[in-house]
Amino acid sequence: MIPVKFDYVHAATVDQAIKLMQDSDGTGKVIAGGHSLLPLMKFRLTEPDVLIDISRIDQLKEVKVEGERLIVGALVTHHDASKHPLIQAHVPLLADTASQIGDLQIRNRGTIGGNLAHADPAADLPAAAFALDAEIIIQGEDGEERMSVDSFIIGPLITMLPENSLVTGVSFSIPPSHAKSVYLKYFHPASGYPVVGVAAMAGTDKAGAIDYIKVALTGVGDVAFRAESVEQTLLGQKPSEKMIREAARLAAEEGEMGSDLFASAEYRENLCKVYTERALRSILL
Amino acid sequence: MAIENRKVTVTVNGQERSAEVEPRKLLVHYLRDDLGLTGTHIGCDTSQCGACTIMVNGAAVKSCTMLAVQADKSELTTVEGLGTIDHLHPMQQSFWEEHGLQCGYCTPGVMMAMIGLLQENPNPSEEEIREGMEGVICRCTGYQFIVSAVQKAAKIMAEAAAKDGEAVAASQLVGEGTHRG
Ligand SMILES: Cc1cc2nc3c(=O)[nH]c(=O)nc-3n(C[C@H](O)[C@H](O)[C@H](O)COP(=O)(O)OP(=O)(O)OC[C@H]3O[C@@H](n4cnc5c(N)ncnc54)[C@H](O)[C@@H]3O)c2cc1C
Ligand code: FES
Ligand code: FES
Repeated sequence: MIPVKFDYVHAATVDQAIKLMQDSDGTGKVIAGGHSLLPLMKFRLTEPDVLIDISRIDQLKEVKVEGERLIVGALVTHHDASKHPLIQAHVPLLADTASQIGDLQIRNRGTIGGNLAHADPAADLPAAAFALDAEIIIQGEDGEERMSVDSFIIGPLITMLPENSLVTGVSFSIPPSHAKSVYLKYFHPASGYPVVGVAAMAGTDKAGAIDYIKVALTGVGDVAFRAESVEQTLLGQKPSEKMIREAARLAAEEGEMGSDLFASAEYRENLCKVYTERALRSILL
Repeated sequence: MAIENRKVTVTVNGQERSAEVEPRKLLVHYLRDDLGLTGTHIGCDTSQCGACTIMVNGAAVKSCTMLAVQADKSELTTVEGLGTIDHLHPMQQSFWEEHGLQCGYCTPGVMMAMIGLLQENPNPSEEEIREGMEGVICRCTGYQFIVSAVQKAAKIMAEAAAKDGEAVAASQLVGEGTHRG
């Protein structure tokens, strides 16, 4: 399968990429790893006139600590995110999630920025991004702005990314050091994409009560969401099998379940509960 | 809109090669049609089967999901670059000895992906090898013989690396000796 004809340009810097987007007058598209965009172009589901390749802007491959947050450059690949020492040390949930995306070859090309900018409702990363209170760092015509991930991803393949702007990085909050984390997914056996993916982090205080908990789910509906009812039910409690099971029953509360060929809404709701329970048991018991 | 062809220059299997191509040309087509390297196969053309897997700057990637222009100035290794018929790469030798292939259609891509796996994890467990095969599909072997082949290749490569290690250590010793003398 061959995409329709398009022109192709390299951007050496972020400013140049923005300029090239302005020049393309809405007909250009940014390409990073190309692992969501090229499959769509091969099916001719999208037909940009010009591809603006940002993959060689080295500045977007950096990972650094900024106070209480870890900044991950948009072009960091899933593979590198799963192996990077700073990511493993500070936000292991992100490393764990990235290591479960697609397969070996996909992880070598796909990028963190591309995954979130694409806003695929079945993507894995949004779960980790929601759980880690991610902020999307955007560079546009009027300078830099930051948007929380829940205001950035607003629908299936729909984001609030302004015209002629780039995601340059993602800022993740660093959880307290006693928090454990896990990403657990039930994936479609053919595509590898999650039918449900649960990102969970939790920790207990000296008395054994839960003093930190974040749970987010992806794959089940149009957008990922935080399971706040689960979090609130467990906060301050001493974890037990019974407590966790009861709290996990609320896992689908904040989400809207989708229904498709793979799974009915009812089945997805059940998967949310089962996978949330398993995830929480694995880090709390 | 007139779109100019681009000159794409790569180092493939150690040799510099270049060709003028349309920006929309896929890397796998560039390899097969422009450079005549037909060892890399196209199975699904939808990023699923891994038959098109090659190394780009040392990392295993699906060349049906990359544009040739994206690979400009990169170092590529295809199955043709692994070994020769007289000196098979340990992965090729092991696939042969362990019957890791039947029709052979998937084999070039599977070998490249498995070399990618061993670079990351030189001593994988059976489970890790099976997980590492997520990005490849074989319709013949049932995978068991591929697993055996990869295990054997890992062993040969580890032994070779250990020997190289000894050789390096020995040359350092020689170096030290010379120094002292
Ligand atoms: C076979 C296969 C299996 C996969 N399995 C999974 C899976 O299990 N889980 C999962 O989460 N994902 C999966 N993916 C998707 C993969 O993670 C993609 O790499 C990722 O979603 C997109 O990243 P990219 O860098 O390839 O983006 P591209 O394809 O280059 O771009 C995607 C979109 O985002 C835009 N974009 C990219 N970067 C930026 C930026 N910095 N700023 C602004 N806009 C940008 C592009 O214009 C385009 O619209 C799979 C892909 C394939 C081909
Ligand atoms: S041909 Fe590239 S993955 Fe199947
Ligand atoms: S040997 Fe025939 S597809 Fe793998």
